[in-house]
Amino acid sequence: MTAKLLVDASYFVVAVLFILGLKAMASPVTARKGIVWAGIGMVVATLVTFFTPGMQNFGLIILAIVIGGVAAWWSGKVVKMTDMPQMVAIYNGMGGGAAAAIAALEFARGGVHGVVFTTLATLGALIGAVSFSGSCVAFAKLQGLMNKAWRLPAQNAVNIVLALVTVLVGVGIVVSGDPTPTQIITFFVLSLVLGVIITLPIGGADMPVVISLFNAFTGLAVGFEGYVLGIPALIIAGIVVGAAVRC
Amino acid sequence: MEALYIFMLAAFTGYEVIARVPVILHTPLMSGSNFVHGVVLVGAMVVLGHADPEDPLQLAIGFIAVVLGAANAAGGYVVTERMLAMFTKKN
Repeated sequence: MTAKLLVDASYFVVAVLFILGLKAMASPVTARKGIVWAGIGMVVATLVTFFTPGMQNFGLIILAIVIGGVAAWWSGKVVKMTDMPQMVAIYNGMGGGAAAAIAALEFARGGVHGVVFTTLATLGALIGAVSFSGSCVAFAKLQGLMNKAWRLPAQNAVNIVLALVTVLVGVGIVVSGDPTPTQIITFFVLSLVLGVIITLPIGGADMPVVISLFNAFTGLAVGFEGYVLGIPALIIAGIVVGAAVRC
Repeated sequence: MEALYIFMLAAFTGYEVIARVPVILHTPLMSGSNFVHGVVLVGAMVVLGHADPEDPLQLAIGFIAVVLGAANAAGGYVVTERMLAMFTKKN
């Protein structure tokens, strides 16, 4: 009981730190303070999560944090200043992928019940997966791994049909209430393909807008999965970022 | 139902926070907000923490989620910090 209170109270402080940090980052005078505040919030959030009641698999959690954290920290340190935009894209894509994976695990556990929860878990999975694969394409283009703008014949029609089919499969998951593994896998594959297909025709010069959009996508996905998991700090951080998009 | 109010208020907050931001700060602020949604790491930790230790599939998905979440948070911080450091030196 006390542990739960400690965790919840800390998440509240974390949410405040994130909002204050973002606000500070919006002014040249306080911008550097802002990222430090948000950084402190992230460290507190991560540490306190270990005290969530009923947690197991601590070894795996720590190993995963070390692998992901060290790899990203190192790549962010050594990258050239001019290559920053694609790094923002790839880190953002990873956040979207994490949100989608959270949804996948909740479905695999059979832990999502009720129409509202299933809808938001599915929606978060779709947006997160699109942000993940789309951001990977954006990264590849800016990094010069993929120089041609690929345009399918009848690109718009393909986009729309693919998006509709993906949404239909998603609706099927919500309606069934207890989706089969085939439904889940089909849904994730379609979502990932959709992210790739809609990003492929976009040229390098327009990428900042795309990255900004996918950044908001990941925010929304995080917010929705935060609702599914019952962690308001995730809802607040995710939705604040999702609404903070300027193209 | 309370969650709906959280969604609404958070959306207004996000909109207000970035209103009237000078153009030079657009990129660092986007990078900073990219860092903030790295808090998805917390959600990933919680789901991996509640995954069935006997089920390799659940553990694998959870492990990937935590790796990706940690990369979002750590990478987002480093990149934003470097951008803002350059920014303050120039001024």
